Amino acid sequence: MAQTMSLATPLSRPDLRAALRRAERPNRLRALALALPALLFLIVTFGAPIGLFLTTAVRNPEVRHILPQTVSTLDQWDGQGVPGEEAFAALAADLARAKENSTAAALGKRLNYESAGMRSRIMSVTRHLGSFADGPLAPQFIALDPAWADTELWAIIKRNGAPVTLYYLLTAVDLGQDATGGIGRVAADQAVFLDILGRTLWIAGLVTVATLLLGFPTAYVISLAPARVAGLMLLMVLLPLWTSLLVRTTAWVVLLQTDGVINQVLLALGLTTEKLQLMLTRFGTVTAMTHIQLPFTILPILSVMKSISEGQMRAARSLGAPPLAAFWRIYAPQTLPGVAAGCLMTFILSLGYYITPALVGGPRDQMVSNFIATYINRDLNWGMAAALACLLLVMTLSIYLAFLRIVGAERIKLG
Amino acid sequence: MVSKRMFLAATTLAYGLALGAAMAAEPLSVMSFGGAYQEAQRKAVFNAYAEATGRPVSEQEYGGEIAKIKAMIDSGNTTLDVVDVDAPTLLQGCDEGIFEPIDWEKIGPKSEWLPGTTSDCGVGTIVYATILSYDEEKLANKPTKLADLFDLEKFPGKRGLWKNPATNLEFALLADGVAPDAVYETLSTPEGLDRAFAKLDTIKDQIVWWEAGAQAPQLLASGEVTLTTAWNGRIFNANKEGRKFGMVWDNQILDSNFWAIPKGAKDIEGSLAFIHFAVEPKILAATAKYIPYGPVRTTAAAEVAPEDARNLPTSPANLTTSLTLDNAFWADHGDEIRKRFTTWLSN
Repeated sequence: MAQTMSLATPLSRPDLRAALRRAERPNRLRALALALPALLFLIVTFGAPIGLFLTTAVRNPEVRHILPQTVSTLDQWDGQGVPGEEAFAALAADLARAKENSTAAALGKRLNYESAGMRSRIMSVTRHLGSFADGPLAPQFIALDPAWADTELWAIIKRNGAPVTLYYLLTAVDLGQDATGGIGRVAADQAVFLDILGRTLWIAGLVTVATLLLGFPTAYVISLAPARVAGLMLLMVLLPLWTSLLVRTTAWVVLLQTDGVINQVLLALGLTTEKLQLMLTRFGTVTAMTHIQLPFTILPILSVMKSISEGQMRAARSLGAPPLAAFWRIYAPQTLPGVAAGCLMTFILSLGYYITPALVGGPRDQMVSNFIATYINRDLNWGMAAALACLLLVMTLSIYLAFLRIVGAERIKLG
Repeated sequence: MVSKRMFLAATTLAYGLALGAAMAAEPLSVMSFGGAYQEAQRKAVFNAYAEATGRPVSEQEYGGEIAKIKAMIDSGNTTLDVVDVDAPTLLQGCDEGIFEPIDWEKIGPKSEWLPGTTSDCGVGTIVYATILSYDEEKLANKPTKLADLFDLEKFPGKRGLWKNPATNLEFALLADGVAPDAVYETLSTPEGLDRAFAKLDTIKDQIVWWEAGAQAPQLLASGEVTLTTAWNGRIFNANKEGRKFGMVWDNQILDSNFWAIPKGAKDIEGSLAFIHFAVEPKILAATAKYIPYGPVRTTAAAEVAPEDARNLPTSPANLTTSLTLDNAFWADHGDEIRKRFTTWLSN
């Protein structure tokens, strides 16, 4: 029956596609099986740890685990006025256990993010627990620190009884929650991260434009050069790529510093009368990053240029196009897939720069990665680091997707 | 010579009796920061202790990581007897209960220690300072007080400052006329914080920020800055290598290291006895011969040779207007202030 149908009416396209897919399935499975070790390796060593780390951006275990009684008591609290004696008693019991387990410091640190001074308040109560007299605890807490009569303080504890928190992610975009849980902008002097994100995008953009301006002509010259010269030129493009990033950055420090090579040459040639400030500036950062990123922009452009037939330019000329018009209207549009790929690669890599801005840049040139590093290494505030990392990842992915949309996936040629 | 021998004899007697002969053979395990610092401790403290008590010191080194001490305690086998820790580590460790409480009866009267260098679980040992420094060979007119850092008319040129709000906000308030003992009180109020930033604003365009301690003397040496704040040990070392950098002790900011006993230490009496020995005025003073960090015990100052005393943060003449860094303040307010500092830097 089916056979007669298929003979009578031509197979509709979706059926054909499904049939093809079925036919190719064994091949695809075989290919997948071959790639499986690499995939597993990537998932185990790359995907899963990053995914796990990113969850720290919303994880909120401290208050829930260290103050379980307080959290359940505060469930009944309506958020108006100071909670009753039972909340203070629960807190005292929880803190006594925290003292035994040495977890009070972790709790204090977490609450201190939301309200400066909470660390010492928690530590001070924990230390004084033993000397509290029998009878109502609330007045004794408040006598120790009047802040315990503050509704907002209890609201913070109540809010953080939840297993997940938006605190880190909100802070990463300069937002905060007030006592009632409403979301609003943080005070101007605490609003750092949007500025840093904007700066990161701007520096990455500058570097991308600079590498394109320098890289495009370089790629063009290499593509036209005779094979032996082109090989040598390509080697010179690649050579820096094989040198450690740290070494290249340090080399720029030697060149750019106030007593450095560039300043000495300029002074010796009489081009300047005093030493220029090149280190610790935006100019220095962008220059060093441009140098490091140049090969990533050149290589995709070059590979596309090599595939463009020289005959096309000659044909354009013979049909009457002046040289520049022939270049712009015939040649340049065909290099677009390479230009798009090179720029995309440089832009995305530039977003994550860390060492170069840290060594060559000034305080105004530090990018998101520098702050992630500080939160991980110095402040041990991994929640904040994970939130910033999430933001960077989302930003990078959305730029990538937007780029694919605009340029078209098939038009990007990565080498 | 005679007095030294008598001193050693007396201490030998005291510690020998306290410890008993059996204990004396078991080495005492001490961990410190290595480098020139631990070498000074070895010469001044560890060797003298072994000589006085017959109990050798077995040394370990670390980079100040609290995680290392914590891991040892968590493993249930505390093999260290005494550790040298910096102030933030002491604060955190004290909070988290990883140090044993100190029985001050067995150490000495707390009143002999500089303010801020005694704790429930640590005994202050040495003090280092953040000070104002300049190149004597380049400045005809020498700065004499901290306020000169902010005086662009008398001392034009760039200034080197540590890229960290801690110490700089304190310096700003001190230069603005706030008394040392009112600095943290002022800094705790929004107006006080504004005042500190406003004072820093007056020199903002002239600031070159340094991050590693070694950069400060380099900035001075290369002439990149006229004045800089710096850690006194770095300036001292640069001078040993032939530089002539002046140090302004007015309004110096002090921070200290502590002896602490890790939780679960096997012989707490022995640990306390070691600390008691290590902070004896004579022993503390001897450390200053090898490294320019001052003894925190005021009674030790008199024991320091005059030629060393000049370079110490703790010599009485240098101490009159000093401020002790309040690490608890920075643990509470650091997050918030660092964010503000970051926005301030980029505006």
